[in-house]
Amino acid sequence: MDAGLFTANNIWMMLSTALVFFMHLGFSFLEIGLTRQKNTINILFKNIFIITAGLLLYFIAGFNLMYPGEFNGFLGFSGFGLSLPDGGLTAAYADGGYTYWTDFLFQGMFAATAATIVSGAVAERIKLGSFMIFTIIYVGLIYPIVGSWQWGGGFLSTLGGDDAGFYDFAGSTLVHSVGGWAALVAVYLLGARIGKFGKDGTIKAIPGHNIPLATAGVLILWLGWFGFNGGSVLSADPGTTSLVLVTTSLAAAAGGFGAFILSTILYKNFDLTMFLNGILGGLVGITAGADLMSPMESIVIGLIAGVIIVLAVSFIDRLRLDDPVGAIAVHLGTGIFGTLAVGMFGDLAGWDQFLYQLEGVVAVGIFCVATSFIILYILKKTMGLRVSKEEELEGLDLHEHGMNAYSDFRLNQH
Amino acid sequence: MKKIEAIIRKSKFDDVKDALHEIEVNFFSYWDVTGVGNEKEGHVYRGISYSTTDIQRRVLSIVVSDNFLDKTIEAVMKAARTGNVGDGKIFVSEISEAYRIRTGEDGHEGIN
Repeated sequence: MDAGLFTANNIWMMLSTALVFFMHLGFSFLEIGLTRQKNTINILFKNIFIITAGLLLYFIAGFNLMYPGEFNGFLGFSGFGLSLPDGGLTAAYADGGYTYWTDFLFQGMFAATAATIVSGAVAERIKLGSFMIFTIIYVGLIYPIVGSWQWGGGFLSTLGGDDAGFYDFAGSTLVHSVGGWAALVAVYLLGARIGKFGKDGTIKAIPGHNIPLATAGVLILWLGWFGFNGGSVLSADPGTTSLVLVTTSLAAAAGGFGAFILSTILYKNFDLTMFLNGILGGLVGITAGADLMSPMESIVIGLIAGVIIVLAVSFIDRLRLDDPVGAIAVHLGTGIFGTLAVGMFGDLAGWDQFLYQLEGVVAVGIFCVATSFIILYILKKTMGLRVSKEEELEGLDLHEHGMNAYSDFRLNQH
Repeated sequence: MKKIEAIIRKSKFDDVKDALHEIEVNFFSYWDVTGVGNEKEGHVYRGISYSTTDIQRRVLSIVVSDNFLDKTIEAVMKAARTGNVGDGKIFVSEISEAYRIRTGEDGHEGIN
């Protein structure tokens, strides 16, 4: 391969790595914006912990759990730490798409995003220590094992033989639903925030304290998706990357619209937060098949995802599960839909593929629910998952951190 | 001397301020409060409707000499009124002493 082409591919992959990294800022802003001021430091702390611990864990073992080389298809490990293989810095490594180092870092950024999905759902009442332990086990072990089943060449990728199987372009299942299942289990075991549900079954609104920041967060996440999907092409191939960016952004726009229209009809107001969640739903929904869809199909997928978001948020509330940021609706709800959509639309549409997708959803679902339940249940019974009532009412910033997020902040109005 | 405490709509603040300047009441303090009253604000958040009787208002604290009292009350009342529920309230209390810190003057020299 021409050296210039190899360089171009690797540059695009490194740029994509940076864009995915930047999504952590988006998640942080979104979570802060939709929760209360008294817990802002805690949320930021969790997000910073996730990106730092996540990368370190991926270095220590995650990368080699996810890509163990030749293995039985379910569990394999190619050693602690990183070791540059022969040709790892040449076009021989990955069809000239990127170097070994780029491979590690790009994938490492994805690993951390799976954990951050949980942090939004458990916001405002989870104990920091329990969350950190959970993150270490879940990001350190569970995420890479699931990833190995598909991207590492494991059993999901060969469900239909050598050439056919489960398909997840950039991780609707492998990243988003992995986080989404854990979020669901966590929200169930943790319980709702005090004051969210009345004894008579009423649902109370707990408005977020900084909607501008939440909006900034979603726009940043959209930007990050240019790398999340764009880099999942695993090269800078002009045709595929440019198509993927188009399908991604169209799905985002359509997702926003689907949610905006449905929520306006149902609730008779223009709710910005639903519009924002809809955009994310569209993005997650297209992530499984961004390289397989036509622009028109990506719009359809986005619209459906947006509708799912609105219905899922309300449904989850009605189950008396408290999800302050809609993480379960976005990442699990549209994660599953986006995965199944690969069998319903696009280049691989067909009954066989739909079944592969379903098998993948179910296999990952069972594994993630079981493992996250075990980890969280043990934590609940040992150190406890939840802060005390006083701590929750006065704010985690004060009790877990002894700090204010906005010490000197005063409103200045005329 | 009297203190007038007026709880008014924030949107009426500029009108009240102008009205006070017109009658040469140029010194007062104000702060924002949340209050509970008869007015309800309808809110919707992520599909959950709730009306809150906790509303935002602004309080002005105006200390005037006795001869300014009536025209100040009238000025505030006219400027702050919209005719809708939630226009606010005015309270009057007695002030026994007042001083200007810069000069140490007391009594009417120190206030409006």
